Order: sequence, then C-alpha cells, then structure tokens
Amino acid sequence: MAATVETISPLSRVGRIVRENPVIPLVLLLFALIALLNVLQPGIFNERWVGNTIRFAMPLAMLAACQTLTMLTGGIDLSAGVAATVSAFVVATLTPLVGGPMAIMLALGAAVLIGLVNGFGVGICRVHPLIMTLGTGLIATGCLQVYQRYVINTGSEIPWFFEFLGTGRTLGMPNGLYLFVPFAILIIWGLRRTGFGRLLYAIGANENATRLSGVRSWQVLMALYTLSGLIAGITGLLYVGIIRAPSLSLANSLMLPSVAAAVIGGTSIFGGRGTYSGTIVGALILTVLGTLLTLLQIPEGARRLLFGAIILAVTALYVRITDQS
Amino acid sequence: MTRVLARYGWSLGLLAILAILLVATRLIQPNFGASGLDSLARAALPFAFATVGMGIVVIAGGIDLSIASIMAVAGVVAALLMHQMGDANAGWVVLIVLTRVPDIVVTLAMLFVWEGVALLILNAPGGAAAPWLRELVVGAVTIPGLPPELTSWLPRALVVLIAFVVIFWLPLRRSKLGLSIYAIGSDQHAAFRSGVPIGLTRVAAYGFAGLFAALGGLSITLSTGIGEPIAGPYLMASVAAVVLGGVALTGGKGGLLGPIIAVFILRTLRLDLTLLSVDPNVTTIIEGTIMVAVVMAGGLLAMRGRR
Repeated sequence: MAATVETISPLSRVGRIVRENPVIPLVLLLFALIALLNVLQPGIFNERWVGNTIRFAMPLAMLAACQTLTMLTGGIDLSAGVAATVSAFVVATLTPLVGGPMAIMLALGAAVLIGLVNGFGVGICRVHPLIMTLGTGLIATGCLQVYQRYVINTGSEIPWFFEFLGTGRTLGMPNGLYLFVPFAILIIWGLRRTGFGRLLYAIGANENATRLSGVRSWQVLMALYTLSGLIAGITGLLYVGIIRAPSLSLANSLMLPSVAAAVIGGTSIFGGRGTYSGTIVGALILTVLGTLLTLLQIPEGARRLLFGAIILAVTALYVRITDQS
Repeated sequence: MTRVLARYGWSLGLLAILAILLVATRLIQPNFGASGLDSLARAALPFAFATVGMGIVVIAGGIDLSIASIMAVAGVVAALLMHQMGDANAGWVVLIVLTRVPDIVVTLAMLFVWEGVALLILNAPGGAAAPWLRELVVGAVTIPGLPPELTSWLPRALVVLIAFVVIFWLPLRRSKLGLSIYAIGSDQHAAFRSGVPIGLTRVAAYGFAGLFAALGGLSITLSTGIGEPIAGPYLMASVAAVVLGGVALTGGKGGLLGPIIAVFILRTLRLDLTLLSVDPNVTTIIEGTIMVAVVMAGGLLAMRGRR
C-alpha cells in the first residue's frame, strides 16, 4: 500500500489506475519488498529461495481464492482454514485404512460438506457469512477433535502424489505448480468468461438488482460456498504434502493471511470488485513479508497485529480512493 | 397487562425455558444447590458481559467481531497490572467514523489486531488477580440483617452483572443517546433526517460494547485467577445469545433482558451436558450446532420480517 501512495500524487488518478489495473502497483510493491530483503540479507535472492517462496505462497493463494470468490459477492469464508485442516487430517489418517483415492474422496467430501452448510446458511437463511462460516468452523473443529480420538492409533500416511506435489522440484521450481497453475487459470478464466463468474460480480455489486433481473441468488450462493469448501479441501491436501505432518490446527494459521492476501490483491470486501491475479500477487507479497518479519525476529503477536492493520489500512485506502462506501 | 405481556413475552418464554432447564439440572444432579448456582453464574459472567456489549452494537444496527479479542486484551492487561483497567476501545471507535469503513470490516481487522496485542502483552496464560477483586465474584452475597439461608442462593457474580447492567444500561436506554442507538439501528437514513448524529451515536454504541467486553475480560481473569491471551469462544456465543434473546440482527429491536437470560440458558445447557457426562468435545459440537441453528432461525425470521 505504501507504493500506491508514493507513486503519483493526485489521488483520483491513482484511484483510476488502481481500479483498472490493481496488479501493477502490487507487483511494484512485491519487487520493492524483495529488494529490501536483499539489502537486509545480501545474497538471499537466488533460485532456491524463489522456489521456496512460491512453494509456500501456493497454498496461501489457493486458500485466498476462497476469500476472493466469496468476497466478490460481499461475503467471506472464515471456515476455509478449518475446512483445509479437516481435509488434510482426514486424508492423512484414512490413507493407511482405506487407501489413497478413497481417503482423498472422503477428505474432499468433508470439506464440501462444510461448504454446503455454509451455503445453506448464507444463501437460504440469509445469515451474515462472517457469522455463519465462523460457526461452521467451530463445529467442524469440534468434530475433528472427536474424530481424532477414533483414529489416534492408526498412524498417518500422506499419499505419495501429494508428497510429490509438496516437496518435489522440477527445474528448481516446486512441483505444486502442476496443480496450482491449472487451478489459477481455471479460476481466472471462470471469473472472466463464464456466466457463474459474472453472477458473482453481479451479486456483489447489487444483489437486489441481480434478483430482479431473474437470478436466483440463493442458488448462486449455495454453489459458491460449496465451491469454496472444495477449494479449501484441495488446499489442505496440497498443504499437508508440503508440511508432511498432519495436526489439528494445520492450516488454521493460513486463515488470517488468506483474508489479507485477497484484500491486498485489490478484492473489495464489500463485493463486486476484484481479480484472482491480484490475489496471487497479494499472497506472494505476504509470503515475502513473512520472510522479512522472520528475519527481523518479530514475535507472533506483532505479526497478527500487522496483518490486521494491513487489512484495515488497505480497505480504508480503497474506500477513500474509489469513493465507494 | 396485555401490553406488558406482548412486550416481555419473549423474555418470559426464555425465563420459562431457563426454569425448566434448572429443574432438569436438579433432576440430573440431585445435590445441585447454592454452590452449583454460584459456579454457573460465575461461568456465565464473561459470556453475559460479552452479550450485553454485542447486544448494544446489534441494536445500533452493527456488529462487533472484535469482542472476544478485546476481552482477551482486557483480561491480560488486568491480570498483569491488576489496575482497574482503562477502556480498551479508545482507538478503534474513532476509526469506524474516521475511515468510513463499515463496522464489519473494521472490527474484523481489529479482531486480528487485538489478538496480536494480547499475545504481545502475555504469550502464555499468567499474571494474577488481586484477592479482594476475586472475592467480588466468588461465593454468595451476604447482606447484614438477613439470614444466610436466604442470601446463600444469590451468587455474587449475578449481583455484579445486574449491578453493572443497571448502572450503565438503564440510564442509557432512557436517555437521548439510547433512543438514538435504537433509531440508527432501525433506519439510518430516517434517523439522520430527524437530526440524530449518526457518527457520534455509533461511536458511543461501540464504546459501550468495548466497555462491557473489557468488563467481560476482567471477569474471566477474576474467576480463573490468571490472564488468558487466546480469545475464547465468546464471539459466536454472544451473537447466538443476542439472537436467541430476541434482538433482531437487522438492528433497532429488542432489549438486553432477553439476551442475558439467553446466556444463562446456553450455560445451563452446557452444564447439563457436562453433568450427563457427555464428552466435552461432543458438548462443543452440540453447543456450536445450537448456536448456528439459532442464528439461522434468526436470519429466517429477520427475512420474513422485512417482507
């Protein structure tokens, strides 16, 4: 956000550029951060570091896809982190019992179920998404704890496919890109070119107008939150391949950065505006920022504080410069 | 009479449910008595404070997501300093008006910020509570002149809760500010056109919410004796209690009596499940499901009300 303030002085012009091309100032900011990192720790910038940064930015960017899609309609998915954890834990504990493919199906099924409940609450009961997803997140955490006691002595095993994606490298780049690149292309294409993508923007821009023009918004919301659960589930599978140690709070630490990544990437938390490419850059920025904070030995509390402040500042900035309230 | 019934019907219904639940508790655990009531009231105290704070904001048409982490900050600060804490809300109430960002975003961001602050202050449970303050919420009331058999049924925690609510809420509700809070909750534009200062009123509503959240955090410290930097499940619980207590999430409707009774219903339910020796994790699931169901039903009702 610092870069957007510094570059050009008239606020309205910045506003227009940011609105039309949110990715450009973000990429500048990303390079500024990398340059700062290189000054603080000379020689850190090499192929290996780039590969690692991308490796850890991928799950974040995927989880941030849940936030981007839901934020486009003016919602948010706070259960995404829990859904990812659930799918990761289920796949790791069930693989020794029922085999890889079946375990993957069950894990994704659990994540989709969480999304389905969210969709029901948000689309049909019209509960505010924040409250609804927070509630399902709590319930799912409770279920996971109960489930854990039944599988506590089965041991855990991660399907080889995800270890390959999570830890392997091809030409210095992480193998996870095999999953992430098609995924990102699918999301970007889906948002730009398909009817479903346009419906998300339409609902976020003006839900009443959308409904009056004949869209059954509850169906869209239901599909959206189910999709968000599915994406979170896939993220969990990739993430457990990277971390290789399932736990009951595996992906929960990605939750807050995923919201921050979407917001930094120019997605409006009020709906109707945003792109997934911005979110990807946002995730990269946050990962680099994370390295920076670790380098400076900033404690966990200050990190959360900083992320919260970033969300607040960026949102306030967007509201000011685009005059939308 | 019918007007009183119509006005307090919801609360009376809740009171009846609470009574049934208490009787059920007595049936499950025959020796449930004064000490059980005392610990129930003490456990409910932080929830009740959180709910009161949330209730005020919801009546004003907003929602405060940072309530649980403010409680954590207040509890930690109180445990460390054991001062009568300062209000942990001065900064962000101003933010809401200054930045024109809707409350839901600000409080979401502040949720994270306060979480961070609490962790920075104390990164593991610790600190201490002053004994005389602990005395304030532990045990039963003793009123000179009355036989102890009568007063032993009245937990101090309950008295503290009632005292604070009476001191702050009743005068507020009767005042111009209280009316303004209801007004901006039911229709912001109409309130603005009839000359209600919307910004100031919202600051005041969030200020009171922060005050009660801080009290809630303090009461956690007082009843456990230590400060806990991780925010508890108070956000979801307070929203559910507010909805169950008959406050519409769209704002402008309801009081604080219903939500407070609803808190006790939810706590008694948890107590009953514990007494029935249900696995605590299962209890969490049941509790969460009830809360989500309540919020969903509230959403459906609010939608029907709008049509």
